[in-house]
Amino acid sequence: MSFDAKQVADELAAWTRNQIIHTLKKRGAVIGISGGIDSSVVAAICVRAIGAERVTGIAMPEKDSSPESLKMARELADKLNIEMVVEDMTTGLEGMGAYRRRDEAVKKVFPEYQPGWDFKITLQSNPLLGDSLNIFRGTVADKKGLVLQKRLPLKEYLQIVAASNMKQRLRMTMLYYHAELRNYVVAGTGNKNEHELGFFVKYGDGGSDLGPILHLYKTNIFQLAEELDIPRDIISRPPTTDTYPGEVTQEEFFYRLPFATLDSIWEAFEDGISVQHIAQNLNLKQEQVQRVITDISQKKQNTEYLRLPPLRVR
Amino acid sequence: MIEKEQIRSFIFKNFMFNDNSRVLKDNESFLNSGIIDSTGVLELVSFVEETFNIQVNDDELIPENLDSVIQLVQFIQNKKK
Repeated sequence: MSFDAKQVADELAAWTRNQIIHTLKKRGAVIGISGGIDSSVVAAICVRAIGAERVTGIAMPEKDSSPESLKMARELADKLNIEMVVEDMTTGLEGMGAYRRRDEAVKKVFPEYQPGWDFKITLQSNPLLGDSLNIFRGTVADKKGLVLQKRLPLKEYLQIVAASNMKQRLRMTMLYYHAELRNYVVAGTGNKNEHELGFFVKYGDGGSDLGPILHLYKTNIFQLAEELDIPRDIISRPPTTDTYPGEVTQEEFFYRLPFATLDSIWEAFEDGISVQHIAQNLNLKQEQVQRVITDISQKKQNTEYLRLPPLRVR
Repeated sequence: MIEKEQIRSFIFKNFMFNDNSRVLKDNESFLNSGIIDSTGVLELVSFVEETFNIQVNDDELIPENLDSVIQLVQFIQNKKK
């Protein structure tokens, strides 16, 4: 994939500056900084666009967040020399019953489960290995090494997701508080993989005023991070959901493939390159490539409603 | 075939809201046609397990078993043998 990171970074900074000043008519930008690579890149683009003094990073940990996330968010804010605000979301989420509602559903699937145990959900399929359906499994683990795994039944799966999505939606509310307080925009941190395959929460992390990296593959984000001199700790950290009490990478949770493989197949397919040639170039079998393309198409189709604005009568 | 009618009836009522304008072919892929999404697969599996009193194992959760009326009928009949 040819990608001129310096040129793209400059173009994105110019675009962001133009949108904030002329389209949105605001005075700066707030970004939810998670200590991950996407929000770090967006924060750095905003700094390049409008200057560090007009950019505020909001770190929003809650009790399930990895302590590493806050540490890395601080590292980023120091590096970019931006204002940083820390808002602990735990009390708000407790008030909404997010943990209680989630744990109630987890306990129905795993009666042994106790608060304080690790819990995560993951997709079990891998399109490179064979035909499969995107069905989520739950995993719980106590602190002594007991690990239990089960397929999540529909009702409990929906309750776990609905309760967990409160985290992203409450963070969106907090971001808009800080944006409106300063007359700033909320800069979104979603990338193409998340947006087009539906790995985001509608009106949660999907709620923002502009999305400077919405059109970029995750592999491009890594290239931009190098160009923007994002701290090495952040670049080398495996992308995680940081949503469940058990550590789960985005690859385990949703994508099921290394980003380099997924993005290479996806981009080549969008460029009209045949499955045969993609397979040859990547040293894969044609049926493997075809399964990945089918998985991409089905994820896009299944999550179309997430990308739609409220429908109106015309 | 009782299974086929029960499956068709479930798909028609649950996912298509009894939409008479839409014809469901027995060999039509639920996923490719957009009739069922990944959450719908969970609903379908729950329906199959409860209605036909069978346990669908994780390694059986593949399109070959669950992605059309015909595939489902064959899968259920094989499980009942």
